[in-house]
Amino acid sequence: MPKLRAMSLWEYANPRKFMATSAALLPWVIALSAICLGTGLIWGFFFTPDERLQGASVKIFYIHVPTAMMAINAWAMMLVTSLIWLIRRHHVSALAAKAAAPVGLVFTAIALITGALWGQPTWGTWWEWDPRLTSFLILFLFYLGYIALWEAVENPDSAADLTSVLCLVGSVFAIVSRYALLFWNQGLHQGWSISATDGEAPVADVYWYPAMISIAGFVLLFVALVLFRTRTEIRARRLKALITRERMA
Amino acid sequence: MPELGRYAFAVLTSYGAALALLSGLIVYSVLRAKRVLRQLREAEARRGPTQ
Repeated sequence: MPKLRAMSLWEYANPRKFMATSAALLPWVIALSAICLGTGLIWGFFFTPDERLQGASVKIFYIHVPTAMMAINAWAMMLVTSLIWLIRRHHVSALAAKAAAPVGLVFTAIALITGALWGQPTWGTWWEWDPRLTSFLILFLFYLGYIALWEAVENPDSAADLTSVLCLVGSVFAIVSRYALLFWNQGLHQGWSISATDGEAPVADVYWYPAMISIAGFVLLFVALVLFRTRTEIRARRLKALITRERMA
Repeated sequence: MPELGRYAFAVLTSYGAALALLSGLIVYSVLRAKRVLRQLREAEARRGPTQ
């Protein structure tokens, strides 16, 4: 009987293993993401009724909520991979964090823009210095700072060290963004839109199902983009090493 | 097309902005991936076969 070998997560710290596995996974993740995004957004935009109080502006829900969730989750993923880098010094994990940052930045920007566009007709204002909105803006600035720091430091290992520490600090704002309402219990922004907090469903089924599919689509899009961009970062790192060797020869 | 009424600007701009930002990120990522891969192949060709 063949001996079963336990798969270890650490095998993916090997760039060759990561490249082989991600190459096989990427087409499936991209296809699933396109199917979920297409289904969720078309269903939500064209085939859901207007909400009693918010009217047709409820259609922003299918973009705003998933991107806001992913803006925080992207930073959480960067936190985990940054910790792996700091503790175990696996280059792939540092490069995955680097690859995820622009994706998180774009999700945060979309959440802020759609939030302002939704807030204007709903609250009568584009922006309010509300705890959740403010912490989200700070998270956006942390993403910018994180990306700038990677670009500013020449040595890739030093850049990974410094950005990992910045990621740990920024995690405070990622947590605050998610739990701002629990911490302060004030501000314009409503509570959690998807998960029930008091045993009662926060949204009706007619909105909930397309929202879930849309969220799945944005999660898969994030995974696809991070896999794709990490592959590029691994190649870029090898290219840099080859050019350095050429110069030294 | 659903009737969006007075929310048309907010809804359509939200979808448009999201589409534009995500498309920009995807196009930038693909172009950079192609450039890095081309440069890596050139560098490996200059280096010759590995031992």
